[in-house]
Amino acid sequence: MDVLLENWRPILQAFGVTVEMMLAAGLIAMLVGSLLAAMRVSPIPLARAFGTGYVWTVRNTPLLVIMVLFAFGLPEIEVRPELNLNSWLGLETSHRLLNFNVFFIFATAALGLYTAAFVCEALRSGINSVHLGQAEAARAVGMTFTQTLRHIVLPQAFRAVIAPLASVLIAMTKNTSVAVGVGVTEATFMMRKLTNDNATALIAIFLGFALGYMVLVAIISAIANFLERKVKVA
Amino acid sequence: MTTGSTVLFDAPGPVTRRRHLLYSGLFLLAFAGILAWVFVRLNDAGQLEAEIFEKLFQENILSAILDGLANTLKAAVLAIVLAVLLGFLLATGRLSERAYVRWPATAVIEFFRAVPLLLLIIFIFAMLGGRGLETQARGLMALVGGLMLYNGAVLAEVFRAGVNAVPKGQAEAAYAIGMRKTQVLMIIQMPQAIRYMLPAIISQCVVALKDTSLGFAAAYLELLRQGRLIAEYVGNNLWTYVMIALIYIVLNSIVSTIATMLEKRLRTSGAGKAVEATEEAVPQG
Repeated sequence: MDVLLENWRPILQAFGVTVEMMLAAGLIAMLVGSLLAAMRVSPIPLARAFGTGYVWTVRNTPLLVIMVLFAFGLPEIEVRPELNLNSWLGLETSHRLLNFNVFFIFATAALGLYTAAFVCEALRSGINSVHLGQAEAARAVGMTFTQTLRHIVLPQAFRAVIAPLASVLIAMTKNTSVAVGVGVTEATFMMRKLTNDNATALIAIFLGFALGYMVLVAIISAIANFLERKVKVA
Repeated sequence: MTTGSTVLFDAPGPVTRRRHLLYSGLFLLAFAGILAWVFVRLNDAGQLEAEIFEKLFQENILSAILDGLANTLKAAVLAIVLAVLLGFLLATGRLSERAYVRWPATAVIEFFRAVPLLLLIIFIFAMLGGRGLETQARGLMALVGGLMLYNGAVLAEVFRAGVNAVPKGQAEAAYAIGMRKTQVLMIIQMPQAIRYMLPAIISQCVVALKDTSLGFAAAYLELLRQGRLIAEYVGNNLWTYVMIALIYIVLNSIVSTIATMLEKRLRTSGAGKAVEATEEAVPQG
């Protein structure tokens, strides 16, 4: 217990990195996932094939393999993105949480692109759950593909999609821990460091970090519950 | 086409067909553009030299890959067998009528479903320290232990859902002819539930197989860790990891295809709706 209290600052900072990863990867996953879902239901055969191929490939590749391929493979073809918000914002004292190195960026990109496949599937099953008659009626009054999707199908699909989307994002939150494999200094990294230094308090350390992840998961569940109640049709 | 998506648009007429052809062309062009960029990039970085591939396709590399593959499969099979046993145990616990059995089982299931798998693996790895274990054995135990606890908890919920999916009349009839609770579960409910659960169990196998790559973090020489050794030996990260990824894709595609085929067969043979894995469909790792 003492170990956790003594190191509360670095632990909190490590969870800060985890939260940053969650937000950035979540954003990528939602954007790319929506695009993929649109491709998979679109009338263009080539786009449909691409969407299907993407989902199939990602579903059958371990996340860590994608992360390792990005973080160690891409620098060999001179792709080395870095982002230092400290100098960008012109801050005097540089803050660790505002400095994103190659590993963080590649791990986050890998996590986002990986989760996008599952977001796509959640959205697609949501679209399929909207009653056929709805789309048929929209077609009958002369709406185009885009209009049908935007005004009729998607608003209804949104309701059906909140719960599965929340589980995808919860799994993604847990998956941020995989980034320790490519050396990102997030929460799991910190736990490994603490367990290496304090062999006597292993269980307390483990339970403390597990609790931290559970809090993050609980926040997502709470938001999902709130949204679900808000859009529920009585 | 009878999929739900086709109702979103009319059967295309000549003008629309031409427009779609244009979109397809643009899409293809964009795709080809990306490929060309990747090719130029690879060429500039000297990643297309024949020498790299000569090194990568040596015989000793092949045997190193097979070693890694064997370790991956060993961990996966051990983990799945143990997880099924644990899942069965936890599910029976959670289905129990006695609160002092039901509550601990529920707590264990919920805890291990909520904790990130890698956190669990690293914790077990640390717990096994200082016992004079050889690194490989320690890594394997940590990996299999973590996978067993996580997948066991997930499978417990699948089993429970399967048992609950068996029509109530079945259990009632069994009680009526004087069977005990254990008999009802083992002789009547479980055999029928397995039919509902099989697709979910097999897709969980794919998840477990993918998750063995997390053994990387426990220094266990599975396929990915072996890949790192190969990358160092060959002196090329990019193509080595591409190759490793392709092996995983082929391996998992085979298991996924079996799962889909089985699911179709179960659906058409009138077994009713198969139990769907919900959160479980999103693998860790």
